[in-house]
Amino acid sequence: MANMPVSEMRLPPHLAHLLAARRLDTAKVSPPLPFLPPPPVAGLRPTPTSSNPRVRLSIQDVLSLPEVELMAVLDAGLPTARAAVAHVSEAACPPCQTALALLEERVRLGGGGRLATTLCGLDEALGGGIPVGKLTEVVGPSGIGKTQFCLKLALLGALPEYYGGLDGRVLYIDTESKFSSRRMIEIGQKSFPQVFRQEGLAQKMAGRILVTRPTSLTDFTKSLEQMKVTLLQHDVKLLIVDSMAALMSLENERATGFRQHPLRWTLSFLKSIAEFSRIPVVVTNQVRSQSNVDGYHFSFEVDKKDGNNCTGGFDSHLVAALGIQWAHAVTVRLVFESHSGHRFIKVAKSPMSPAVAFPFVVETSGVTLLSDEGIDVTGPEITSIRCQGKNVLAQ
Amino acid sequence: MVVMVLFAISAGPTGSSDLIFLLRTAPALPPRLLIRRPVSRRSSADRPRPASHRSSSAGSARSSGSCCSSSSAPPPPRRRRFLAGGSDAGRAVATRRVLDMGAGENNPLGAQNAWDMLSEEQSQKHITTGSGDLNGILGGGIHCKEVTEIGGVPGVGKTQLGIQLAINVQIPVEYGGLGGKAVYIDTEGSFMVERVYQIAEGCISDILEHFPHSHEKSSSGNKQLQPEHFLADIYYFRICSYAEQIAAINYLEKFLGEHKDVRIVIIDSVTFHFRQDFDDLALRTRVLSELSLKLMKIAKAYNLAVVLLNQVTTKFTEGSFQLTLALGDSWSHSCTNRVILYWNGTERYAYLDKSPSLPVASAPYAVTGKGVRDVSSNHKRVRVT
Repeated sequence: MANMPVSEMRLPPHLAHLLAARRLDTAKVSPPLPFLPPPPVAGLRPTPTSSNPRVRLSIQDVLSLPEVELMAVLDAGLPTARAAVAHVSEAACPPCQTALALLEERVRLGGGGRLATTLCGLDEALGGGIPVGKLTEVVGPSGIGKTQFCLKLALLGALPEYYGGLDGRVLYIDTESKFSSRRMIEIGQKSFPQVFRQEGLAQKMAGRILVTRPTSLTDFTKSLEQMKVTLLQHDVKLLIVDSMAALMSLENERATGFRQHPLRWTLSFLKSIAEFSRIPVVVTNQVRSQSNVDGYHFSFEVDKKDGNNCTGGFDSHLVAALGIQWAHAVTVRLVFESHSGHRFIKVAKSPMSPAVAFPFVVETSGVTLLSDEGIDVTGPEITSIRCQGKNVLAQ
Repeated sequence: MVVMVLFAISAGPTGSSDLIFLLRTAPALPPRLLIRRPVSRRSSADRPRPASHRSSSAGSARSSGSCCSSSSAPPPPRRRRFLAGGSDAGRAVATRRVLDMGAGENNPLGAQNAWDMLSEEQSQKHITTGSGDLNGILGGGIHCKEVTEIGGVPGVGKTQLGIQLAINVQIPVEYGGLGGKAVYIDTEGSFMVERVYQIAEGCISDILEHFPHSHEKSSSGNKQLQPEHFLADIYYFRICSYAEQIAAINYLEKFLGEHKDVRIVIIDSVTFHFRQDFDDLALRTRVLSELSLKLMKIAKAYNLAVVLLNQVTTKFTEGSFQLTLALGDSWSHSCTNRVILYWNGTERYAYLDKSPSLPVASAPYAVTGKGVRDVSSNHKRVRVT
């Protein structure tokens, strides 16, 4: 809503004239699609000040300039400036909905509000499946089955609704060149034999999955920009990014502060894409070892500082890559880990699921749960990632 | 209650005369603590008031023990009467008559005396969080007219607590709640309606458990205990950029003027857009401090609770990296109360880090299928259907 041009806002005439005189009527905050943030530009945008009145005002400036500066820029008195802020705020504020209206809309969408993963226990824990319109993260050590899981999801996105799919196109962004169509067809043949036995359906399904392989962050940014149009034109129903961490690691050379910047923009972009187009977005993440730079305790937890959950053995202390800001921003986090000889999918962060873990294996038909009854996990273990490596040499 | 006499009258007719009196009174009479605080709603518009009185930050009045600067000196006759001899009780009665700063001709300063403030605070209801231990460290629950900041690591239950408060504020008055409505400003998109429904059902089932005869009562104008009614009283805003966040908070004043029964405003989370879109930290600090002033003003003016959910970040202090709440040091001064949620062993704990009237303390809580509750010995997992 913040990109509405002022001429469309129903402002009182004297304010409309005032803001139009400052050429605010043609200034917008972001490109035509609502709330999609523009890519980061080098250098700061010049801000309008009283000494620099020729720069265009935008809605952000009207709302964030101090009152005195706004008075100087608009060349008006304090009551007028305040009235301008109040009216622009009212127009820029998103419409209010009641939670009941949201519920009714969700009920109306029915099953369309979730992407069922066909892993019954996981679907039940997540309230139907991967949520639509939110960012879901799959994180785990290498080789545990994240890409296999994503391949199955890609297939489900393309399948007709009769078989539990989304019946649309799937955009698969593959940064580590791990996408294997042969493997995906194999998963499809084993999991949905009745579909793939039909003539030509396999080709049609595979034809719906679009794979791009960006080799650098700029490539990725460019393809995301183009994706805005693709999503609308081509009826894309699922977006999978495998993996996000690989792209960000390319930026390691730069200073730490700046490294956060492309991540932040990508994060906002993905979240807005998910909400605006109402598609599920699944992102894969890597793990890295704990380092001293990560803080783990608050200042009041003094006795915990040296305590570590050292269990010995082959367990290694791993954390998800991309930092704590990313961890806050994703809506659902599924942790894939392995310990005591089994692999588990843990629902680590989800606004509506209990903390459960499901044992799984990777078979020819993809990721399969060994048991639909999840194991309750108490405490912060739900967010920890363990990887028990197999010591081949010790046998 | 005997209170120590402590008064300092600084010389100087104008400018910086700060007056703090605590009268020793007879036990039967209440003490009078005079705080000069601009209460714009009380005094009429045409009463001349010195401009320096008008401070837009209501938060400054909360600093205990000091008062904001006043420019007008007390008129001499009052001082003379105060210094006159006489018995304690007589003097107290005389000064009580004179210094009674209710709204009226005797009150050019627009101040409110502390006894009235005390009775007001004692009659305030608190919004229960659902967990008795957590209510205990918070002094009964979330206070109205105050801004409370709740922060924690991802996945510890901030959104759950926010949703629980949005439901609990609607508990009808006859069951011990406030019977108000909620405004939920969502910046991250973690508000899931099915979970809100589940928590509303849990709240209703707890009410029916504690008040078994409630269904027999005829409730003509009262809320029926249905989850849909609870959901209908939550006003939801989905914010997608920091400009929208500022616009929404500006608009909130007008919105609250139209919907007078809103008793809580929850912002989940206040940090997200300010971490994403800002490179200029000075601008960010300024915008955030304006935001917090507006929120405090709303809390006081409309008598509601403001709850801000915050994220964590790492900070290098005392030789190591530690977790701390995001948005910086200047933001940490903006809120009246601060609660930090963290993991302790296998339990979730809440730590009251900052409060003007309560000691720091921790309490455990649990997030169950019904919402935020006390930690109990048997955890029964409820499947989400």
